[in-house]
Amino acid sequence: MAIFDSVAELIAYCKEASEPLWETVMRSSARECGISTEESWSRMGLRLAAMREADKSYDPSQHSRSGLTGGDGEKMRRYYESGQSIGGEFMGQIIAGALRMGECNACMHCIVAAPTAGSCGVIPAVLLPYAEKFNVPDEELIKALYVTAGFGAVIATRASISGAEAGCQAEVGSAAAMAAAALVFLHGGDEEQMANACAIALKNMMGLICDPVAGLVEVPCVKRNVAGAMNAFSAAEMALAGITSRIPVDEVIDAMQIVGEMMPGSLRETGLGGVAATPTAIKFKEDFFG
Amino acid sequence: MDIFDLIGPIMVGPSSSHTAGAVRIGHAARKLLGEAPAEAKIYLHGSFAATGRGHGTDRAIIAGLLGMAPNDQRIPDSFDIAAEQGLKFSFGEKNLRNAHPNSALIELKAKSGNKISMIAASIGGGRIQVRNLNGMALCFSAEQPTLIVKNADRPGSVADVSRTLAELGINIATFQVSRDSRGGEAIMVIECDDTVKPETIEKIRRTPGILSAAFIDSNREVEN
Repeated sequence: MAIFDSVAELIAYCKEASEPLWETVMRSSARECGISTEESWSRMGLRLAAMREADKSYDPSQHSRSGLTGGDGEKMRRYYESGQSIGGEFMGQIIAGALRMGECNACMHCIVAAPTAGSCGVIPAVLLPYAEKFNVPDEELIKALYVTAGFGAVIATRASISGAEAGCQAEVGSAAAMAAAALVFLHGGDEEQMANACAIALKNMMGLICDPVAGLVEVPCVKRNVAGAMNAFSAAEMALAGITSRIPVDEVIDAMQIVGEMMPGSLRETGLGGVAATPTAIKFKEDFFG
Repeated sequence: MDIFDLIGPIMVGPSSSHTAGAVRIGHAARKLLGEAPAEAKIYLHGSFAATGRGHGTDRAIIAGLLGMAPNDQRIPDSFDIAAEQGLKFSFGEKNLRNAHPNSALIELKAKSGNKISMIAASIGGGRIQVRNLNGMALCFSAEQPTLIVKNADRPGSVADVSRTLAELGINIATFQVSRDSRGGEAIMVIECDDTVKPETIEKIRRTPGILSAAFIDSNREVEN
C-alpha cells in the first residue's frame, strides 16, 4: 500500500483527504485488512485496555525465571513518590511505567507488543502518564495509538522493526519514534511536528545494537525501554517547541535500515555481542542454562 | 500492512517470536491434526533450541497444542494443564536443514490414531509460516482462513475442490499444490478470503480421491 511507503506520502494523503492522520491510518488499514472502521476502532480499544491491564498486573515481589528481572518499577515508584527525585513525578511515572511493563513482559504477563514484546514498555510509559496528567479521554488515546501505528507502518515498510534484522534501534528506536509522534499528536501538534519528533527520536537511537544477555528479553532490554520512553518525550518536546529535524524522517528511516544491514550478526539478537559478551553475562548464561 | 502487527499482538511475554509465534505454531499443528493431540514430540531448531527455554518457547508450544491463543494467561502453566488433559509430550533438539533459525518440528498423534508431522517457523513479530507438512514442502501463514486438503495425486482433484468452494461463493486468495511423488499423495493449501463452514469441509472430505481436509481459521480473527 503506497500510503505507508513514506511519511511524506502518509501526510500528503491525509491532507488531500482533509482528515486527521490517525483517521487516514485507520481507514486505509481497515480497507486493506477487509474489516470495518468500527471493528478496527474496537480492536485498537482492546489494545489500549490490554496495556492498562498489563500495567495493573505488575507484581513488585515477582521475579523472572532467570532471576535477572523484577522489583525495579516499584523501586522507581517509591523513589519519585518520596519527592526526592530529580525529575519529579511525571518523569518518575514514565521511568517507572517503562520498567514495570518490561518486567511484566519478562515475567510472562500478558502485554501488548508495540511494536515488539521487547519494546512493549515505551509507548504505554509515555501515553498513560500523559493521559493522567492532562485528563485525556480514552478516545484520544486510541487515536494516538493509530498515530503510532501509522509511523510504525512506514518504519516497518521501509526498514524493519525486528532486532534480529536491524538491532535494537529497530525495536526500542522504532517504539520511541512512534511514541514521540503520538505525544505530539496528543499535545496538539501538527503532522509536520509529528514527523519531526519521529525523525529526532529515531536519529537519537541510530546504531543501537540488540545484545540480550543469555538471549533473554531482560538485560539490557527492560532498562532500554526507559531510554526509549525518555527519548520519545524529549523528541516530542523539541518538535512541539518548533525545532525541526535537519534530515527528513523518511531518509532517517532509510539510514536506520542501512545501519541495520551493516551490523554483524553478533549484534542482532543472537546474544553473542555487546553486553551479552561480557564476562559477567557469559558466566550468568553458563550458570542458568547449565 | 496489518497495523495490529505494530500495536499488537496482545500476548504473554517475553518475546513475540519465541513466545507468541511459538503459541501460534502449536495452535496450527493442533488444527492440522484436526483434533486434540494425545502425544507430541517437539524438536527445536536454531535460536528456538538455543534460547527457547528462557523465552518459554516450550511452554508456549504446548499451550498452542492445547488450543490456547498467544494472549492466554495460562501459557506459563501449560505443562501442568497438559498433564491434566492427558497430553504426553517430549522436547528435543534437531538441526533441521535449511530451516529458518526459529523453527520447530512437531510430531502429533491423536487417540484416534491420526498423525501429522509439521515444520513451522516463527518469522518475527509473532508471525508464523508452516513450511512442511508430512514431509511435503509448502508455505502458509495462517493469517487468512486456510484449507489444507490431502488427496490422491490424480487428475481432477484440484478442480473438484475449487468447484465446491466456488459453488459456495468462497473466494480463493492463494492456492498451492505439493506432492510426495507422481501418483502418490498431494496436498493443496488454499487461503480463502472468508471462513469455511464445517459443512463445506465435510463435503470436501467426502469427495472421491480426497483423503483428508483440515481448516485453520485466521489466527488474527481468533485472537482479535
